[in-house]
Amino acid sequence: MSIRHGLLALLSQGPRYGYQLRAEFESSTGSTWPLNIGQVYSTLSRLERDALVTRVGADEEGRFVYRITAEGEREVRGWFGTPIARGDRPRDELSIKLAMAVTTPGVDVAQVVQTQRTASLRSLQDLTRLKAAAPALPADQSERAWRLVLESMIFQAEAEVRWLDHCEAFVARGASGAAPRPGDAPPEAPAPADEPAPPAAPKEARR
Amino acid sequence: MSVLAMTGVSRDHGAGATLVHALSGIALTVEAGEFVAVMGPSGSGKSTLLTVAGGLDAPTAGRVEVEGADVWALGRAARSALRRRGVGYVFQDLNLVPGLTAAENVMLPRELDGVRARRARREALAALREVGLDEAADRFPDELSGGQQQRVAIARALVGDRRLVLADEPTGALDSHTGEEIMRLLRGRCDAGAACLMVTHESRHAAWADRVVFLRDGRMTDATGDRPGPESLLRGA
Repeated sequence: MSIRHGLLALLSQGPRYGYQLRAEFESSTGSTWPLNIGQVYSTLSRLERDALVTRVGADEEGRFVYRITAEGEREVRGWFGTPIARGDRPRDELSIKLAMAVTTPGVDVAQVVQTQRTASLRSLQDLTRLKAAAPALPADQSERAWRLVLESMIFQAEAEVRWLDHCEAFVARGASGAAPRPGDAPPEAPAPADEPAPPAAPKEARR
Repeated sequence: MSVLAMTGVSRDHGAGATLVHALSGIALTVEAGEFVAVMGPSGSGKSTLLTVAGGLDAPTAGRVEVEGADVWALGRAARSALRRRGVGYVFQDLNLVPGLTAAENVMLPRELDGVRARRARREALAALREVGLDEAADRFPDELSGGQQQRVAIARALVGDRRLVLADEPTGALDSHTGEEIMRLLRGRCDAGAACLMVTHESRHAAWADRVVFLRDGRMTDATGDRPGPESLLRGA
């Protein structure tokens, strides 16, 4: 799911506070997907439960810094490497993935785009095959209604491919000039706590 | 035997500082009954691929075979004959000769081949019937809609025993409904045994193909693979 993977992608760039994750998530996705801080902490506590992140310390106000684990790193690379199947996309995970891919060092954005484009075209081919199997203008009313639904899926898939083409061109244009932004580095986390994390998450994290 | 087989095909333009690798290391086959679409950003080599596949342009390296014949190992006359008899072309525009009727346009390549007019006309009418246009046989191009003109061009590409159709943005100027008619027609001709290689920038049209290959900077970067079954739709459900 994308909030989870979005936060992991941000943490793969270095340890961060919860409020920092929220702000960066929102700015990375152009604020198209506002998060409340509760969502961030509940997601973090699930990530911690699944051993994908670990808490490494707190500032004087008791706010925790989270750090990605090796398992979490694997998870986020796997997410970038796997196309999303059309159909099980509750919100626009793809645009979030692309936004994160652009800001995460070491991710080949062109490859993420191509992997997705091939998968999207495959589903477009499947939909088109369904359409080709029926007459150009079906006589039956319910057949025609289904055709319109099918066309809607076809046009959505087409729009996605066009958008991917656009992303590719956009990234290629930016590749020449853009350098990683300085000053965005996360605060160096306090010395990592080697003892296991406390069994219960603090109240704040369960909101 | 593949209808079209390209192996290790490269095409350079210019030399020295202005050298451009329009195509590099292309390996592509199109079988009888197969419909292959080529996609890629502009300048990726799509149209060059089509002209090289059709024997209109010589590769700098590699081999192009049409129906088993090595196109550039043939003498000039034999190559021209192969191009005329083996390959049909459909372009976005400039397709039909304005002063000739639909039937005469379709007859033209056969007559150039030395086929007698009566037989060429009979073949042309059969080809027009296959694309659903036999009633328009005696009309001139400017009396036909854009979609009808493109159908005449497809009939002309397939008349006689030609089995390879090369199409460059064949739906370019057509509206989405007419564009779909053309796709349905090309699909039908492939299902009847033709081989088609089509360049398009529209994924909705490319999706009619069995296989979509992606070109980027003259290289094939990816392909959707051979005809997946409809069960792939269920995977994500």
